[in-house]
Amino acid sequence: MSSTSGVLVVGETQNGRLAPVTAELLGLARSLARGLQEQVAVVLGAEKLSPEAAADAIAYGAETVYTVEHALMEQSPVEAMLAVVERVVREKTPTVVLVGKTLAGSDLGPGLAFRLGVGLAQDCIEVTLDSKEKGLVAVRPVYGGVAMARVALKRMPYVATVRPKAFDPPQRDTSRKGEVVALNPSLDASVARVRVLERASEESAGVRLEDARVVVGGGRGLGGPEPFQMLEELAKLLGGAVGASRAVCDAGWVPYHYQIGLTGKTIAPDLYITVAISGASQHMAGCSGARNIVAINKDRDSNIFKEARFGVVADWKKALPAFAETVKELVKSG
Amino acid sequence: MPLHIIVCVKQVLDPETPASALRIDPQLRRMVAPANVPPVVNGFDENAVEAALRIKDARPGDVKITVLSCGKSFAMEVIKKPLSMGCDELVLLQDNAFDNLDAFATAHVLAAAIKKLGAFDIVLCGRQASDWDQAQVPQGLAQLLGLPGVTIAKKVEVTDKKVRVERVVPGGREVVEASLPALITVTNELGQPRYPNLRGIMAATRKQPVVWKAGDLGLDPALLQPAVELQELFIPVQEKNVEIIEGEDDADKGRKLALKLREAKLI
Ligand SMILES: Cc1cc2nc3c(=O)[nH]c(=O)nc-3n(C[C@H](O)[C@H](O)[C@H](O)COP(=O)(O)OP(=O)(O)OC[C@H]3O[C@@H](n4cnc5c(N)ncnc54)[C@H](O)[C@@H]3O)c2cc1C
Ligand SMILES: Nc1ncnc2c1ncn2[C@@H]1O[C@H](COP(=O)(O)O)[C@@H](O)[C@H]1O
Repeated sequence: MSSTSGVLVVGETQNGRLAPVTAELLGLARSLARGLQEQVAVVLGAEKLSPEAAADAIAYGAETVYTVEHALMEQSPVEAMLAVVERVVREKTPTVVLVGKTLAGSDLGPGLAFRLGVGLAQDCIEVTLDSKEKGLVAVRPVYGGVAMARVALKRMPYVATVRPKAFDPPQRDTSRKGEVVALNPSLDASVARVRVLERASEESAGVRLEDARVVVGGGRGLGGPEPFQMLEELAKLLGGAVGASRAVCDAGWVPYHYQIGLTGKTIAPDLYITVAISGASQHMAGCSGARNIVAINKDRDSNIFKEARFGVVADWKKALPAFAETVKELVKSG
Repeated sequence: MPLHIIVCVKQVLDPETPASALRIDPQLRRMVAPANVPPVVNGFDENAVEAALRIKDARPGDVKITVLSCGKSFAMEVIKKPLSMGCDELVLLQDNAFDNLDAFATAHVLAAAIKKLGAFDIVLCGRQASDWDQAQVPQGLAQLLGLPGVTIAKKVEVTDKKVRVERVVPGGREVVEASLPALITVTNELGQPRYPNLRGIMAATRKQPVVWKAGDLGLDPALLQPAVELQELFIPVQEKNVEIIEGEDDADKGRKLALKLREAKLI
C-alpha cells in the first residue's frame, strides 16, 4: 500500500473560470489539509480549459492543479470526469476527496465512492477531521432538513460531497504559487455510454437566482400565476431575482428553474422576502445561507416565522401592494 | 421478449407529516411519525412508476414492469400501490437484516436481487428517498451492475435499443441518450403520477408479492455492514427570534415592513 496523502478537490468550471463552489471547497480543503499537514490538489476537466481556471484554483489555495482536456468531457461529462478522477485517486491516494453537491457532483460523488468501495458522506454542511485514523466526521441534513445526521467515514479515502454555499470561499490571493500538471489520460469512447444530444438554456435574462443579493419568493398562498408579476417588479426594483416554492412550480405557475429548496436551487442572498410560503423544511433547505429572511404570511403559526428575522402577519393581497409601493418610494428617494 | 422494466421503490415516513409531530428514536437512530400516520411510497418513486407506465402505455402488450423494494417490514396496502397503478409484479426483499440499511448496503441488496431477476432493459429509481435524502443508491446500482446511469429525468422515451432522456438541469434542459440496459432516476418534473383506478386496485389485491430473504440472494454478510457510520441524529436548535411588524391594518403592516427594512439597511 502506498501511503495516503493530501486533500483532492474535484473542481468545476463555469464560463471558463473556476466555479464558485470549487472556491468554497478549496477553502474547506485547506483547513482540512492544514490539520493533516498535507497538501491540496484540484482536478479540472473540460473539452478546453482556460488558463484562468487553473490560476483561479491556485489563487484560492490549490498547491497542485491537475488538468484534463478531452472532447469526451463535452459529450459525456460525468462519465469522462469519473474515469479521470478514479485514476487520479488510485494514483495519488489522497486522504480526502471533496466533491461539490452540484448536478454533476451528485452523480460523480456516489459513482466514485462505489467504484472505490468506500462510503460517501453526501450533501455535507460541516466536515471535520481530527486525525487521519480517526476518520472524517460530517454533518448532513436529512428528512428534508427536519433533522441533522452526524456521520463518520472510517475507510480511506474519505469521500464527501459538500452543499454549495455551506462554506465561505477563501480570500483570493494571486500571489500564491502552485503547479499545473496536464494529464493526458487515454480515454476511449467506451467510457462514454451516456451522450449529451442537446443542451438548451431556459433561464430568463437578468440576475441569476443563485447569485442574487435580494430574492423575492412566492408560495402557494399566492393562489395563481398572476401575482408573480408583482413579485417580478419588486425584485427588479431591488436588483434581485424571483424564486418560488415547489408547490408553485408543480402547479405550473412558474417554470421549475424558479424552485428554491432541497431539490431546487440553493440561494444565499442578503435578503430573502417570502410571500405566502409556509417554510417547509425542504424549502428552507435551499435558503439556510440567506442572511435575512422576511415573511409575509397570514398564518402566525407557519414555520416561516421561526426562520424569519422580520415578519408581517397579513393577507398578502393587502400587505404586498403597500409594501411594494413604499419600497418604490424609498428606492427612488435614494 | 417484452421490454422488462424494474422500478425500485422505497417505503418511507410520510414527508408531509408536520415536523412538530416527528420525533427521533435515539435507539434506532431514525425519525418516527405518530402511529396513526401511515408510511407512503417515496414520492419520486411514484414518479418512476409513472415513467414506467408511460413507456408501457406507448407499447401495449410489450412491456413488463417489476417493482422491487427492500426493507425490514412493509405496510402491504402502501407497497402494493405501484401494482394498483398498473405494474405487473412486486418483489419484496424482506429480512430483519435489511432494517435501515445505508446506501452502500441497500445498493448491494438491490443489485443482487436484480441479478437474480435475470434479463432486464431499464432500471428506474426515484431521484432520492425523502427519509435520508441520500441520492446514492441508484448511482451505486449503476456501478454494481455496470450500467450507464442517467439522473433527474423529466421525460423517458425508449427507441429500439436506446433510451432518450430529458433531464432537468439548472437553468435549462438537457437531452441525453444511452444504450440499453440503463439505469435512470426520475424527478417530480415528470408530472403527476396517475391515481389507481378500481380495476387496478382489484388486480393488486389479487396479486401476491414474491418475497426474498437475505439467504435467497446469496449475499456476503460483509456487504450489509454500513460504509457510513451514523453517530448521531438530532434536531437543530432554532435561535432566530422573529420581529413581528404591527400596524393599523394589513396595508399599514406592509408599509411599516418596508420602512423597517430601510432602517435595517437591507433595501
Ligand atoms: C422529497 C421532497 C422534496 C421537496 N423539495 C422541495 C423544494 O426543493 N422546494 C420547495 O419549496 N418544496 C419542496 N418540497 C415540498 C415542501 O414539502 C412543501 O410542500 C412546499 O414547500 C410548500 O410550498 P408552499 O409553502 O408554497 O405551500 P404551502 O405549504 O401550502 O403554504 C402556503 C402558505 O401560504 C399562506 N397563505 C395562504 N393564503 C395567504 C394569503 N392570502 N396571504 C398570506 N399568506 C397566505 C399560508 O398561511 C401558508 O403558510 C419537497 C417535498 C418533498 C417530499
Ligand atoms: N430500500 C429500498 N428499496 C427499493 N428501492 C430503494 C431503496 N432505497 C433506495 N431505493 C431507490 O433509490 C432511490 C434513491 O434512494 P436514496 O439513494 O436512498 O436517496 C429511491 O428513490 C429508490 O428508487
